[in-house]
Amino acid sequence: MPPFVEMRDIVKIYPNGVVANRGVHFSVEKGEIHALVGENGAGKTTLMKILYGMEHPTAGQIFLEGRPVRIQNPHQAIDLGIGMVHQNFMLIPSFTIAQNIVLGQEPRRGRFIDFEAAARLTTELSQTYGLQVDPQARVEATPVGMRQRVEILKTLYRGANLLILDEPTAVLTPQETADLFRAVRRLVAEGKTVIFITHKLVEVKQIADRVTVMRHGEVTGEALRTADVSEADIAQLMVGRKVLFRIEKPPQQRGPAVAQVRDLSYISETGRPLLREVSFNVYAGEILGIAGVEGNGQTELAEVLSGLKPPTTGQALVNGRPVLGKGPRQVRQAGVAHIPEDRLTNGVALDASIADNLVVDRYFRPPFTRRGVMYPRLIRRHARDLMHRFDIRAASEESPVKSLSGGNMQKVIVAREFSSEPALLIAAQPTRGIDIGAAEFVRQQLVQKRNEGKAVLLISADLAEVMSLADRIAVMFKGRIVGIFQNGPDITEEELGLYMLGLKQQSPDEIETLQ
Amino acid sequence: MSLDTVLGSIFTVAFIATIIRISTPLILPALGGLISELAGVINIALEGLMLVAAFLGVVVGAYSAQWFPGWPGWVYPWLGALAGILVSLVLAWLLAFVHLELGADIILAALAINILAQGGTVFVMFALTGDKGSTSTLASPALPNIVIPFVNRIPVLGVLFNAENMTGYNIMTYAALVLTVLVWFVLYRMPFGAHLRAVGENPEAAASVGINVRRVQYTAILLSGLLAALGGLNLSMGYLTIFQANMTAGRGFIALAAVYLGNRNPIGTVIAAVIFGAATALGAQMGTLNVPPQYIEMIPPFVTIAALVIYNLRRQAQLAANARKFQDKLEQEHGAG
Repeated sequence: MPPFVEMRDIVKIYPNGVVANRGVHFSVEKGEIHALVGENGAGKTTLMKILYGMEHPTAGQIFLEGRPVRIQNPHQAIDLGIGMVHQNFMLIPSFTIAQNIVLGQEPRRGRFIDFEAAARLTTELSQTYGLQVDPQARVEATPVGMRQRVEILKTLYRGANLLILDEPTAVLTPQETADLFRAVRRLVAEGKTVIFITHKLVEVKQIADRVTVMRHGEVTGEALRTADVSEADIAQLMVGRKVLFRIEKPPQQRGPAVAQVRDLSYISETGRPLLREVSFNVYAGEILGIAGVEGNGQTELAEVLSGLKPPTTGQALVNGRPVLGKGPRQVRQAGVAHIPEDRLTNGVALDASIADNLVVDRYFRPPFTRRGVMYPRLIRRHARDLMHRFDIRAASEESPVKSLSGGNMQKVIVAREFSSEPALLIAAQPTRGIDIGAAEFVRQQLVQKRNEGKAVLLISADLAEVMSLADRIAVMFKGRIVGIFQNGPDITEEELGLYMLGLKQQSPDEIETLQ
Repeated sequence: MSLDTVLGSIFTVAFIATIIRISTPLILPALGGLISELAGVINIALEGLMLVAAFLGVVVGAYSAQWFPGWPGWVYPWLGALAGILVSLVLAWLLAFVHLELGADIILAALAINILAQGGTVFVMFALTGDKGSTSTLASPALPNIVIPFVNRIPVLGVLFNAENMTGYNIMTYAALVLTVLVWFVLYRMPFGAHLRAVGENPEAAASVGINVRRVQYTAILLSGLLAALGGLNLSMGYLTIFQANMTAGRGFIALAAVYLGNRNPIGTVIAAVIFGAATALGAQMGTLNVPPQYIEMIPPFVTIAALVIYNLRRQAQLAANARKFQDKLEQEHGAG
């Protein structure tokens, strides 16, 4: 019997010359859970977008149950029973869940949308597959886990037999991930086939029957049975060399408190309290990790502390100097550095050169500017120096930052922020979307800063990262710190997950003692 | 003259009728602006589209009597209206094409259309009539008024339902009424409206469920062209039957302001348009009262600015209130704990 889906010799070259797929062969059997793994930029999302008709292959063929098919657009993919759940959800925030599920194929009564039927169909589907949603709730008011279920239901409503899930666990807590896995198993039990894109290797072993590994646009491990391979094997196929999973971290030498944050609250323009009376210290020589499901105030915490947003109330001292409500430049002068979460918007100026990006926080000071005159030669030399120290790979220091890969772009930011000799370093999602090699480098740099006696505030949605780097871990839920822990072998993902979901909470006294 | 008589002479039933009449050419383009705004394409070309439609309506209305002699007289204004709508649709299509297909900036493209409309109408008018100011030498027809029967005998209702001279409101006023309701139903009750709003909110999401984003945006821009044209025709073929250079006088932009002031929904947009209409009507009314015309001309823009200021002040007050509420809640929690 031919495979359910077979993609043969797929080549994809983008108009800008980037080769995303180089003769990829990929096949999936009916009724299996097939993991597709690879680093960012390995070409796995491109391959799946080709299958879903969002990209067109430069060469190659696709077969469904042995029949050759041409998939020109998502519409045709949907007609063929292929559904995709994207990493960034494809939902309309102001619409209800039921409206989102039927969007594009609304049940009608005459010329009008039959809203009752939409709600009924949503409930039916939700019960059949055990995916709990509230049909009448507006998407903008629902948590991430439910949005994901909406996305899955959307594909099922459209009659999908093959579901492509693009990094579905990236935004979930451990508990939500467990729920998702249960739902995925149920889908398979109901006769569906699932392709599961991920780069978390633990999950591959947990959920998938077989795994295909990609690196640099090629398949390096084809349809391996997950029972037959170890995580280390898969990692080696992904990266092309052995990977260190543990970061070497010498015992902590904790110094005095560098940053003291007290009762910090922030209310958004729309009146939603996003930070509620957050208090903590960051000590010299420690990494304080902030864990939490995204959207629970972590972004705002970093933005308020770094001067990008004015706080509503509260105070924060860095080395005894108040920093809240000051502009970013004053905050930086007080000794704060910030690796922002949104690299492309707040981290770099895309069209500017690497050299310019490396001096944006210091160009106005000597030696770069003396008596109002800038010295470009020094700026370029400074850039070459940092590029060498931080291993930034680019044609020259004059190349625009937008020509760099995500990993190298992040290294530009890291080089600038680390070389400003900060007392407090705020790192928000510092390894998101960059390849394993660059991520390893960034993590090592963070640990090194800590070893040098600096204070590091690490905000990350990657729980494993927080647990492997932080000396203490604070968990945020709905804008509050709901728990704070000394990191150690007795701290488990499951335990932290309960706090991340708001199911457990320390008493204010407990929190205060560990502040 | 006491204040009483001044106020008394302003706030009459006739004044309400004036507001209705003056609001019509704001409501129609505002609905058009709303549709394209909700589809994710801001249309600042409303002004120019109104202007070309107003102009072509008058010209074709006037010349069709020469071109098609012997046709019944009521056909001519409709031929003019048809021509006005068509030329507006062509320009709207051009805007959509250069923006959606060629990737031109929508603001720049629309600015070009506005400038083209302003200069082009005067240029053609001069070529046809030898006059750069107005088409007063052309005998152009009017679109019909609709007279509600029987109410004229009733003192107040006659003016209210059939306008100041009890000769009825123009058909475009009724069109504005019907279209407001229709636009609401299409946007919130019909699949096309849902698709349009989805495209405006998250085009990628809309595309991923098989909605043709480009087609929806084309349609939205064309619909805004159609509605702008109706507004323009109301100016030159309604109470006046003449085209004057730049006779839209910023209505296309005020209509767009109404979209935002009305919180991007049809009911709010129409209410905002009527508020702007009332400001203009007030100016017109005061023109009869020996107030220097400069002051009167300031009223509509002043109301626009005042409305926007009040809107933003209220928003900020809301923010401050939220912050206070949050503080109180915290203090209560502490008091309790």
